[in-house]
Amino acid sequence: MLRFIGRRVLQSIPVMLIIITGTFFMQRFVPGGPFTAERAVTPEVQRNLDAYYHLNDPLWKQYVDYLWDLCPKRFHPAALADGPDLKAAFGIDFRPSFKYPNRTVNEIIAEKLPVSLELGIYSLGVALVLGITLGVLAAVKRNTWVDYVASSAAMTGICVPTFVLGPLLVLAFAIHLSWFNASGWYSPIDRVLPCLTLGSVYAAYIARLTRGGLLEVLSQDYIRTARAKGASEPRVIVRHALRGGLLPVVSFLGPATAGILTGSFVIETIFQIPGLGREFVNSAFNRDYTLVLGTVILYAGLIVATNLAADIVQVMLNPKLKFE
Amino acid sequence: MKASATAMPESPEPGQSPGKDAWRRLRRNRLALAGGIVLIVLAALCTFGPIFSQSYQEIHLDLGATPPSRAHWLGTDDLGRDLFSRILLGGRISIMVGLVATFVALIIGVAYGAIAGFVGGKLDALMMRVVDILYALPFTIFVILLMVFFGRNIFLLFVAIGAVEWLTMARIVRGQVLSIKKMEYIEAARTLGLGRRRIIFRHIIPNVLGPVIVYTTLTIPAVMLLEAFLSFLGLGVQPPMSSWGVLIKDGADKMEEFWWLLVFPGGIFSLTLFSLNFLGDGLRDALDVRAAKD
Repeated sequence: MLRFIGRRVLQSIPVMLIIITGTFFMQRFVPGGPFTAERAVTPEVQRNLDAYYHLNDPLWKQYVDYLWDLCPKRFHPAALADGPDLKAAFGIDFRPSFKYPNRTVNEIIAEKLPVSLELGIYSLGVALVLGITLGVLAAVKRNTWVDYVASSAAMTGICVPTFVLGPLLVLAFAIHLSWFNASGWYSPIDRVLPCLTLGSVYAAYIARLTRGGLLEVLSQDYIRTARAKGASEPRVIVRHALRGGLLPVVSFLGPATAGILTGSFVIETIFQIPGLGREFVNSAFNRDYTLVLGTVILYAGLIVATNLAADIVQVMLNPKLKFE
Repeated sequence: MKASATAMPESPEPGQSPGKDAWRRLRRNRLALAGGIVLIVLAALCTFGPIFSQSYQEIHLDLGATPPSRAHWLGTDDLGRDLFSRILLGGRISIMVGLVATFVALIIGVAYGAIAGFVGGKLDALMMRVVDILYALPFTIFVILLMVFFGRNIFLLFVAIGAVEWLTMARIVRGQVLSIKKMEYIEAARTLGLGRRRIIFRHIIPNVLGPVIVYTTLTIPAVMLLEAFLSFLGLGVQPPMSSWGVLIKDGADKMEEFWWLLVFPGGIFSLTLFSLNFLGDGLRDALDVRAAKD
C-alpha cells in the first residue's frame, strides 16, 4: 500500500512540472505582456518595473528562479490557521502580482481561495447527497415510476449545462419569486443557488453511477445471504450493498472535483462571487504573469491531489486494483 | 439507460449482418430515434434556414426587444433582430464546432490508439504513459489560457478542443485493438494465410468501428458544451459571429427584462444535448458496446 502511494505521489511530480513549464513559457512566447494595455510610461519607469519583476534576466534564469521560489522550504502547517498563506506555512512564494501593485499573489490567493473552496465543497456535498439518494432510490425501485423520474432527472441534469441552469434558477427564484438574492456572497442564503447549480451536473452523474453500481451488487450472492439471515432491507442496502455499489462513484470523485473547480469560473461570473475562479479568468485577460501562474499551479495542485486521494481510497476499498 | 431493457434481448435472425441487426435494434429504441430525428431537423434548419431569413438578420433599432409574436416566433433581441433566425445562425457555428473538433479528436485518437495497440510492447507502454500524464492535466484551464493568449480565433478553437478530447478515444481504440488481436478468428485468418493488410482492414477495423461510432456521438455533446462554456466566458466565438453559447451569455445578461433571450437559446441547446445523448446511448445498446462511456 505504502509503495503504491509512494509511486503515485512520484508520478504527480512530472505532471506538475509540465503544467508549470508549459504555462510559464506559453505566456512568454505570445505577443503582448502585462504592461502593453496601459498608458506608455517613461523609459525610466519601465526600467524600474523590469528590474522589479526581473524581466531583464535571461528567460531560463527567470524560470529557474521561479521554480526555486516555488519549492517548499519550511513546514509550519499551523500557520494555515490564520489564512491559507502558502508562504508562511511552506515557504512557497508566488511573487508579487503585475496588475495589483503592492499585492503579492500569495495574498490574493489567501483572500479569494476560501470563497472558491466553500463554493466547491458545498457543491460537492450537494452532488453527493442528491446523487446518491437519487441513485439508491432508482436502483431499489428499479423499473417503477420512481426509477423513471430519478433517471429522467439525472438525464436533465447532464443535458442542461450550468450556464443555462444558473441563470434560469436566478430568473425563477430570485427575480420572480424573490426568495434569494440574484447575486452576491454575503449571507448563508446566498450559497443556495450557486451550490445547487454547480452541484447539479455532478449529482446527475453520481446518480447514474450509483444506480448502475448498486444494481450490479444487488444481484450478488452475499446480498442474498444478508437477506436470508434476516437483515432488514434498509440495512442490506446501507451496510452491505452500498459499500461495493459506491466504488464507481469514488473513482468519479477525481474528475468531479476537477470539473467543479473549472465550473466555478462560470458560476462565479453568473452569481458575482468574489472567488479565485473569476480572478483567474481576469488575470489571463490582463496577462498578469505571476497571478496566472499562481492560480494555475494552485488549481492543478488541487486537481492532482484529489485524483491521488480518489485513487488511494479506491485501492483501499478494492485491493484487487493494486496489482494492475 | 432504461432503453437498454427494451432494445437488448432480441436475438438476431439467422443470416442477418451485424450492421442490419444493430440498425433493427436502434429503430426499436424510440428515444434514440426521436433524438436522431430532432438532430436531423435541427441540422437542416440551421444549414438552410438562414438562406431564407436574410431580412431577419437586420438590425431594427426602432423595433427593439419584443416578446414572441406571430411575426417573430421567438421574439426579437434588443437590436430588433429576430431571435429564431439568430438561433439558427448560431446553431451553424455550434454544430460546426461540434463536428470539426470531434473529427480532430477522432483522427488523433484513432491513429494514436491503433498504433499503440498494433505495435504493442515498449512503444505501447510509453504511449499509454504519455496519455496517463496528459489525463492528469487540467485541460480546461489550458484551453482558456490558449484562447486568451492566441486571440479568439475559431480555428484555434477547433484545434484546442480537439486536442483535449482525443485521450479517451485513444484508450478505447487501443483496448479494442489489443483484445481483438488475441481473438481466435484473427488466429484463424492468419493460419488461412491472409496478409497483414487484409487482416487489419477486413477483421480488425470493422470490429473497432462500433465503440468508435458510439464514443464519437458522445464526444460531440462534450465538445459543444466546452465551446459554449468558453463562449459564455467571452473566450469562444466572437461577434459578429455568434454561437449558442454566445446567445445564452447574451440572454443571461438581459434576462431580467427579456426572459425569452435566455429561455429559447438555452432550451434549444439543451434539446440538442438531450438528443445527442439519447442517440449515443441508443447506439451503444444497438451496437452492444460496453466500455465506451466513461
